[in-house]
Amino acid sequence: MKQLPQDYYELLENLQAVDFVLVELTLYLDTHNDDTDAINQFNYYVKERKKIRKDIESKYGPLMQYGNSYSGNPWNWDDAPWPWQV
Amino acid sequence: MSTPEKSYYPYYSPYDPCKPIKVKTYSTPPNLYLGFQPPNLPQFSPKEALRAGTLWKPLYDPYYSPYEKAKEGR
Amino acid sequence: MWVYEKKLQYPVRVSTCNPMLAKYLVEQYGGADGELSAALRYLNQRYTIPDKVIGLLTDIGTEEFAHLEMIATMVFKLTKDATPEQMKAAGLDAHYVNHDNALYYENAGGVPWTATYIQAKGDPIADLYEDIAAEEKARATYQWIINMSDDTDLNDSLRFLREREIIHSQRFREAVEILKGEKEKKKFF
Repeated sequence: MKQLPQDYYELLENLQAVDFVLVELTLYLDTHNDDTDAINQFNYYVKERKKIRKDIESKYGPLMQYGNSYSGNPWNWDDAPWPWQV
Repeated sequence: MSTPEKSYYPYYSPYDPCKPIKVKTYSTPPNLYLGFQPPNLPQFSPKEALRAGTLWKPLYDPYYSPYEKAKEGR
Repeated sequence: MWVYEKKLQYPVRVSTCNPMLAKYLVEQYGGADGELSAALRYLNQRYTIPDKVIGLLTDIGTEEFAHLEMIATMVFKLTKDATPEQMKAAGLDAHYVNHDNALYYENAGGVPWTATYIQAKGDPIADLYEDIAAEEKARATYQWIINMSDDTDLNDSLRFLREREIIHSQRFREAVEILKGEKEKKKFF
């Protein structure tokens, strides 16, 4: 069975880092809904995550499904490995 | 700034069967002191934030085991 | 609805083959103050909490599922190739005869998860105070697991999870202030 290259782990960590900022800002904004600086920062990282996500999905397949990612052909959403296996 | 750990000295008896731990400590993380978070607190970079477990520097409170502390001379 | 994303919230690494650590970690999988309890508690309380804090309960509850997956990953990696002998040596013999190497929602003592671990009182202050207490108890549990573990990579992930408890507690404390309705007057309580 073919293993994932180091590049996958590095790209994924880039996404994990940006997504983590988005989680933190989400919880912060849930209790600070008028903080314009935080909202601007949030929207900036929304754009960043789109770029990184596109890069990962083009190399390693869809990250989300139910139509939130495009599919490869054949259907590759259910390809291993899953997050707990990598 | 607050300190993330407090200690106390429990009473011990000469008849205690185990070697007494003379100083006991407990965590008092920064969320106990911050109050309603003010705007524009200092932040970590995204990579640092992921590793720290928070975006907000004043809320960062890493916990190490005694084993890790001994090993790294903390 | 919820949409699954095929990635962990944090890059979990485990450096030693030590099924004993899995036995401790299941406390945060199916224990009273574990991640399953947390997710189900908040996502259930949110239906009857004032609108101002529904978003917070939804988002923290959702993050708890990401933490549940991280704990599951640790337990899975620590036990997936363990032989019956190794499971026995790790004190997981009773688990093994019932579940083989499968994960199960139970605490470190093997007691199955129960809804009695969580409450929904319908009173916003009572519910949020329970949530704050739950976060502090989970933080303490992570400390005790870190104290029992000499796997530095694993402890790195556990430190991340402990820090998340601190942030969640912070936000729940702010939610209480919002519901007290004196957010502006009393910024620093």
